[in-house]
Amino acid sequence: MSEPIVKIRGLKKNFGSLQVLKGIDMDIDQGQIFALIGASGSGKSTLLRTINQLEEVTEGEIWFDGELVNQKLPHRQREAHLNRLRQNIGMVFQHFNLFPHLTAIENVTMAPLMLGRVNKAEAIEQAKKLLDKVGLSDRGDYYPSKLSGGQKQRVAIARSLAMNPKLMLFDEVTSALDPELVGEVNRVMKALAEEDMTMIIVTHDLRFAEDVSDHVIFMADGLVVEEGPPSLVFRAPQEDRTKSFLQQVFND
Amino acid sequence: MGLDFSILPAYADILWKGTLWTIALTVLSMFFSLAGGVVFAVLQLNRHAIIRWPVAGFAWLFMGTPLLLQLFLIYFGLVQIGLDLNAFVAGVIALSLHFAVYNSEIIRSAIVAVDKGQYEAARSLGLSQFQAMRKAIVPQAVANVTPALGNMMIALLKESALVSVIGVMELTLSAQRAISDSFRPFEFYIAAGAIYYVLNLGLEQAVRVAERRSAQYR
Repeated sequence: MSEPIVKIRGLKKNFGSLQVLKGIDMDIDQGQIFALIGASGSGKSTLLRTINQLEEVTEGEIWFDGELVNQKLPHRQREAHLNRLRQNIGMVFQHFNLFPHLTAIENVTMAPLMLGRVNKAEAIEQAKKLLDKVGLSDRGDYYPSKLSGGQKQRVAIARSLAMNPKLMLFDEVTSALDPELVGEVNRVMKALAEEDMTMIIVTHDLRFAEDVSDHVIFMADGLVVEEGPPSLVFRAPQEDRTKSFLQQVFND
Repeated sequence: MGLDFSILPAYADILWKGTLWTIALTVLSMFFSLAGGVVFAVLQLNRHAIIRWPVAGFAWLFMGTPLLLQLFLIYFGLVQIGLDLNAFVAGVIALSLHFAVYNSEIIRSAIVAVDKGQYEAARSLGLSQFQAMRKAIVPQAVANVTPALGNMMIALLKESALVSVIGVMELTLSAQRAISDSFRPFEFYIAAGAIYYVLNLGLEQAVRVAERRSAQYR
């Protein structure tokens, strides 16, 4: 068995006096699809954001691809270290965060061009392929304001993929969408999962989590309450908190 | 003695040259004040107080004192410490710094107003702080402030008349020269005023185009 691509040990995070994460351990192997579920405020989004250090951690260790993510470094070195790491970790946000002043294709080519990965022709070539992959080959020249929420989110996924990440983080990416637009985004994620992309998905969409993931983590109050394959966590939960959470969600 | 504008053509040459100097003065100062405005704005958002404070102090100094005084200081004052600038250069420097400070206040608040998610998205792709600012944040901020900056630029064009007092032969001083030769102040001040007005109409038009362009994506 090779090293897990993401390894988290004793992770704690405080916002002031508020403890949001109270000691998380986690191992994710290459190609695994993790779903993080739990009520709002359980810490799942914060956990996700610590992995690419959009949130700094208070205590504990995060390892990515054999490297300690949250190492103590002087500011300049730390920035360089993070920039390098983040190029290998894609992230998709609840509110898309597309760059509104750039067209769809420019959104996708921006980072690879900026970071000197490819020349302009290659970047455009690759962006066209990615937009095609998310089903938007005809929307390359559109500004985000002219796209629907589902289309925006698919462009955002293409934008992250343009850096050829080894890991993709999805932070409630369908929560801000109209119900009829959720499916198109879920399909893109599912296709990605089938290509063996390693993914961590924070979601409220439990049906999708069950459908796509191969490991589910149920969090509450900054701790992992229960985890395992979706068939177990969803169909035969052991913990009372899991049971009541699932009951609440599925009865709605 | 009534108004007689037929005197003007005889002085067309001096007014024309004055107009060109005013345009040169304005265009150069516009460029430097906008570039400087962005730089000051970004510096004022630096996380180190040691960088923020001097810039803030500098801004406070330039906002709190008259442009005329700044002009004198740069043109006459700097000679004393061995910096003998020509009047045009001194004028450009004074106008650029003075307006850069105002522009930076406008740009800074616009940068702060850009959604935080934009910065996070750029950083999550691996862009550095500087790259994220340059490619993601500043272009949006600039689009938000084009109207306000346009007003500053129109003010700059008008304030450029002050530079006449240190002897730059721009439009206002050119008009004065024509007056001291012809003794017809009314006609020439009106003529100069008309030229400023026409220049400003052109500038307003340019600002409108810039506004449309920069906000094209909305």
